[in-house]
Amino acid sequence: MNHALSLRIGPATFRIGSTWRRPVEALVALYADYPAPVDGVADFTVRLEPAGPFRRWLRPSIFITGDHGLADAAPMSLAHGLLAAEMGMNLQMALGWRRHLLLHASSVEKDGRALVMTGESGSGKSTLAAQLGERGWRLMGDEFALLDLDTGAVFPFPRLVSLKNRAIDVLAAETPQRRMGPLLAGTAKGDIRHLVPNRDAIGRMGEGAKPALLLFPRFGHAADVRAVGQGEVFMRLTQASTNYVALGEPGFAALTRFVADVPARAIDFPSGDEAVALVERLWKECG
Amino acid sequence: MSARGLVRALRDPDVVTALDAGGWNGLIAMARAERLVGTLALRIGDRRVPDAVRQILDDARLDAEREARQALWEADRATEALAGIDVPVLLLKGTAYAAAGLRAGQGRFIGDLDILVPREAMEQVEHALLRAGWEWVKDDPYDDAYYRQWMHELPPMIHAGRDRMIDVHHSILPLTARQAPDMAAMIADAVPIAKGLYMLSPEDRICHAAAHLLADGDLAGGLRNLWDIVCLLDGIDPSALEARAARHGLAAHVGQARRLAAALYGEGARLSFWDRIVAARLLARDGWGRERRKPLRFAFSVRSHWLRMPPGLLARHLFTKWRKGHRPV
Repeated sequence: MNHALSLRIGPATFRIGSTWRRPVEALVALYADYPAPVDGVADFTVRLEPAGPFRRWLRPSIFITGDHGLADAAPMSLAHGLLAAEMGMNLQMALGWRRHLLLHASSVEKDGRALVMTGESGSGKSTLAAQLGERGWRLMGDEFALLDLDTGAVFPFPRLVSLKNRAIDVLAAETPQRRMGPLLAGTAKGDIRHLVPNRDAIGRMGEGAKPALLLFPRFGHAADVRAVGQGEVFMRLTQASTNYVALGEPGFAALTRFVADVPARAIDFPSGDEAVALVERLWKECG
Repeated sequence: MSARGLVRALRDPDVVTALDAGGWNGLIAMARAERLVGTLALRIGDRRVPDAVRQILDDARLDAEREARQALWEADRATEALAGIDVPVLLLKGTAYAAAGLRAGQGRFIGDLDILVPREAMEQVEHALLRAGWEWVKDDPYDDAYYRQWMHELPPMIHAGRDRMIDVHHSILPLTARQAPDMAAMIADAVPIAKGLYMLSPEDRICHAAAHLLADGDLAGGLRNLWDIVCLLDGIDPSALEARAARHGLAAHVGQARRLAAALYGEGARLSFWDRIVAARLLARDGWGRERRKPLRFAFSVRSHWLRMPPGLLARHLFTKWRKGHRPV
């Protein structure tokens, strides 16, 4: 394609092609510190193509596709090309990754042990992981946690953190400007700004950790901690996994082990600072 | 770059050992787009490839194994659902190849479950499947009436619990197509796979695959369908095949399928002008997995409608669909 870039995020490699220059330029700037694929061969191809015969020039809009795609995916404005590329990579992972059990979850690491946080979009898991990543934890990822099928370890997928709406100002206040991407205003999910993970997160993207605590965060409620039964944890994680069915028995075994070994809590919090304090307390307790 | 690189790798997998990174990226993207990556992985086997490629091929092989397992389970469920009505279940295409352990099934992507039953048993089969948990996919009364009046299959059904589709055929071509295969003979000469499960005879499997590729549809997924034919042709007696194809009115299609199979995946063949156009359409894919030759693809899409029904009926059908908001591009 006219413009292209290859990069590696954690164990996965991508070849991203675009009809337009701008999305690739934005990617090159933000992914500057990420390594290229070993051997130059990518696991997945992502394509950003015109959404219709005239949509390259006239009201340019992007159709996101690649090795795996959704026929009815909504086209996106070229102004949101960076987001389109991110979504294209997520789509490949969600539909095509088979080497780990993929959990729709954020994760951070400290002292070789991982904290995994899962929840719907808007639960605060992304923001919380990003904040912890700026406060002494290693950010492993804000979107996918990769559960090793043999060892049970969690592996990182530290793509750019996608900050939405109010989370943008919260993180911009404690992160150097050079690690913040451009503001993408008025996307389908509101305003979005990307945060480049810090040097530690990128440098150790191949390094897994033993999962020690699972949290179901919920932003916007009075502070609270509740126990979650193993049956419920199992069911919620099957829903949070995009490849649980595709992996068959190994996926079941990995998830069963995770649920049996890792303590789980649901936490509510009214603000980021309180969430961080709550997480630190629970982390000490499960220590 | 056209899909010629993919075709060459399937024909002679030794060529992949000379690929550079760019060549591999293109080959994998094309193979995925044509749903041939599982087949490619098995063809390449243990040949020396870069580590990154090895992982991709291993994933593809595991996916294909799961596909086959799921497809066989689905066939098992359908057999169970139809056990009470004494209609033999005849598997078609991918599920049949996997169930019978044919070479065409190795690494093959398998989508829906396709079964063939005698036309007079259609109503019984429909009710038995509805009782066993399958439900209709389309809720448009025009689509439903269209399938029942003109097509060779029931409107698609999906199983509510397992989310898998079943297509129940009574013929291998729409009733409106120009050819009228002898379905009674196809069903009478079916061969058993396992208890209560059947598939078409070896010659009829090729007639079906050739009809599916060249007398119906717009050649989407054509490289995969042609690969099926290459595998199905193994050990076939050419004169028996010719006689059988003539009986179904498919001699020209089977002949063309054999020429294309030999030209693309075999030792080569003399191609007619029309063969070359079909081959160009089959190869219209680039190293990013993109569809190329849009005008040619569009022409084949128009042709697929033309083949399916006479002009007056086609005009009425397209007008109805257009009024409902359907646009061809």
